[in-house]
Amino acid sequence: MSIAATQKRGFGAVLWDYLTTVDHKKIAHLYLFGGGFFFLLGGLEAMIIRIQLIKPENDFISAGLYNEMITMHGTTMIFLAAMPLLLGLMNAVMPLQIGARDVAFPFLNALGFWLFLFGGVILNCSWFLGGAPDAGWTSYAPLSLQSPGHGVDFYVLGLQISGAGTLIGGINFLVTIVTMRGPGMTYMRMPLFSWTTFVTSTLILFAFPALTVGLFLLMFDRMFGSAFFDVALGGNTVIWQHLFWIFGHPEVYILILPAFGLFSDIISTFSKKRLFGYTAMVFATILIAFLGFMVWAHHMFTVGLGPVANSIFAIATMAIAVPTGIKIFNWLATMWGGSITINSAMLWTLGFVPTFTIGGMTGVMLASAVADYQYHDTYFVVAHFHYVIVGGTLFGILAGLHYWWPKMFGRILHEGMGKMAFWIFLVGFHLTFFIQHFLGLMGMPRRYWVFLENQGLDTGNLISTIGAFLMAIAVIIFFINIVYTATKGEKAPADPWDGRTLEWSIPSPPPYYNFKQLPLVRGLDPLWIEKTEGKGKMTPAEPVGDIHMPNGSIIPFVMSLGFFIAGFGFIYQTDHRGWLVVLFGGMAISLGSMLVRSLKDDHGYHITKEELEREAD
Amino acid sequence: MSHDHSLNPATMPEEPEKATLEGKNKFLGLWFFLGGETVLFASLFGTYLALKNSTAGGPSTTDLFGLELVFLMTMLLLTSSLTSVYAMYHMKNNDFKKMQLWLGITALLGIGFLACEIYEFAHYINDYGFTFRSSAFGSAFYTLVGFHGGHVVFGLSWLIALMVRNAKRGLNLYNAPKYYTFSLYWHFIDVVWVFIFTVVYLMGKVG
Repeated sequence: MSIAATQKRGFGAVLWDYLTTVDHKKIAHLYLFGGGFFFLLGGLEAMIIRIQLIKPENDFISAGLYNEMITMHGTTMIFLAAMPLLLGLMNAVMPLQIGARDVAFPFLNALGFWLFLFGGVILNCSWFLGGAPDAGWTSYAPLSLQSPGHGVDFYVLGLQISGAGTLIGGINFLVTIVTMRGPGMTYMRMPLFSWTTFVTSTLILFAFPALTVGLFLLMFDRMFGSAFFDVALGGNTVIWQHLFWIFGHPEVYILILPAFGLFSDIISTFSKKRLFGYTAMVFATILIAFLGFMVWAHHMFTVGLGPVANSIFAIATMAIAVPTGIKIFNWLATMWGGSITINSAMLWTLGFVPTFTIGGMTGVMLASAVADYQYHDTYFVVAHFHYVIVGGTLFGILAGLHYWWPKMFGRILHEGMGKMAFWIFLVGFHLTFFIQHFLGLMGMPRRYWVFLENQGLDTGNLISTIGAFLMAIAVIIFFINIVYTATKGEKAPADPWDGRTLEWSIPSPPPYYNFKQLPLVRGLDPLWIEKTEGKGKMTPAEPVGDIHMPNGSIIPFVMSLGFFIAGFGFIYQTDHRGWLVVLFGGMAISLGSMLVRSLKDDHGYHITKEELEREAD
Repeated sequence: MSHDHSLNPATMPEEPEKATLEGKNKFLGLWFFLGGETVLFASLFGTYLALKNSTAGGPSTTDLFGLELVFLMTMLLLTSSLTSVYAMYHMKNNDFKKMQLWLGITALLGIGFLACEIYEFAHYINDYGFTFRSSAFGSAFYTLVGFHGGHVVFGLSWLIALMVRNAKRGLNLYNAPKYYTFSLYWHFIDVVWVFIFTVVYLMGKVG
């Protein structure tokens, strides 16, 4: 292993490199490609839904296929698009922001990615193998037990595998931030994006196991004849709802907190000001995460848990508006009097603030348990969560991509196309979803295949579909921008945005060991401190020395492949016992790889001081 | 490689499991993992508590459980936790042979526990016809206790792999964290069993 690996290589070598990589920056690329692919898939499903609803009693697709579309759209967008894209950004940026050379567990980092990818693939294999899951993304029992075919089985196995990957990623980030912050990088000097990565990872750690259990129970009921949700044998279907939402509500904060973090960094950078109320921002993040665990039953107001439970959960839910409000005001105060640069990254951020505020406001409306009986399962809810997830998470991902693209890929995304995509998307988004509030208030239920004409729903749905086409156009422009940038884009300097944090103190893209010498951090916004004091670059905290690096490995890929194969065994052993061979074969591959990993010593390798010095010039 | 020497120092540091960054990371990572495991078992306990009276006309907790066997199992597992503490004590004294010996005893106790559990399950199935499929209570019972048993199996495989792998080369800073994280995991399994003993068996008999 030496540094001469940067020569031009064949496609096979690049592929092998990515299959075996444990470098957090390359894993970030993989997450972005994987998440981007599933995002397109989920977008396609959304377009099919909107085309079906363009006019009353449309028959563009059948009712059964429509159920599969809504289920897969939700599941794909949440688990296979939004989360991996965020994990990609975290992987790319967080270690650089805290002054670390790598993450704590590079091997597990790769394993997390491959588990996510194979989980996503197994879920989408269902399209070609007798039909996708059709019980909604929440897959409530007993509907999910009654669903014929193997659709829901693919849901269970796909989410179980990709969920394990996410959990591994969460633990990895937590340990990285605790043990591997660079010299002088105290907790209260971490950039907000690193902070939200930390808090989000905590949420992942404590939320995902509930989903794991829920999925196991559903799997046992569907595949092995247990009776958790079988009322005839004393089962209780509400258990699924509890487990799902104990996971599901923290999940929405898993989606939004990283976006909050990167908006904070972006606003601070492009306003040329220290983030207003940094400490308040950190504690607001922690408070949101804490409260996020206390509110799951607000998804279940209409189940009949009783007035006391409903009241408690309603009040806890409304309380979340307080730390969120603190954040909104801090962002505004950061921009106040700042020297603001408007570019694509900043536009997505500016678009986010009012959009998310509307989503937050309807959230408080929904938190009122009595009023929720009216809103429940209508398009009002659909409008609300698209305002927060698209207006918050997706705007955040796009802002983050524009902001860190130079750092990740060494080229700057084209500004003109970036701005065009933003404006078209913004208009399309509000056209699609604003009207859905009113459709919901007029009583249009969600998840219905058709609606009748002359009930006041025709025009609203038509407008909504037109908006969806605008969003699709904007996404296409963004992907053209990516291709254009990859081929002809402007080469990025180390610090294209006059940045404040450590990632901008090293070349774009960074060398694979990140920092030749770890920098000495002297405060919040460390690079900015050096700039204002006239030095302009970081002071090294150590002399040039050997750097310890982890070895690449194909084992994460093989282990995930084993679980992938075993997944098919689990699904089809209900049809024929012969499939048990596949089940045990797949598990043997995975557990065998685990054993190999455990028994084989892997000490990594060292980049010597001489190599580093040669490389420098 | 120069690196290997740093993993085999002349005198072992006081806490060999946390002497390297990798060791520190493993130690902390396992603690976080146990945090997640806590939620996993909490969810299973919640499910069990919701369904423990849903016997669908089949045998109930008072019909099934015999505290003698469960007491024996509890003793076996608690003692195995103690012996793993002895093993870690010898690790810190850099006495590899005694560490392996105590870990061997830990493994034997763990196997004894598993044997009792298998006997217990077989007894319920054969003598009472109480299975995973017979009622919601059956599903919840076998899932909760079975998940714990599965953790014991995994822990034993982990331990045996570690002991065999390192039998000839002794203790160093590379494998010390591996042993130590195993012992943490083993304690966790023990703690979960204490809750199962209380919530499932004791409360099932008298609650």
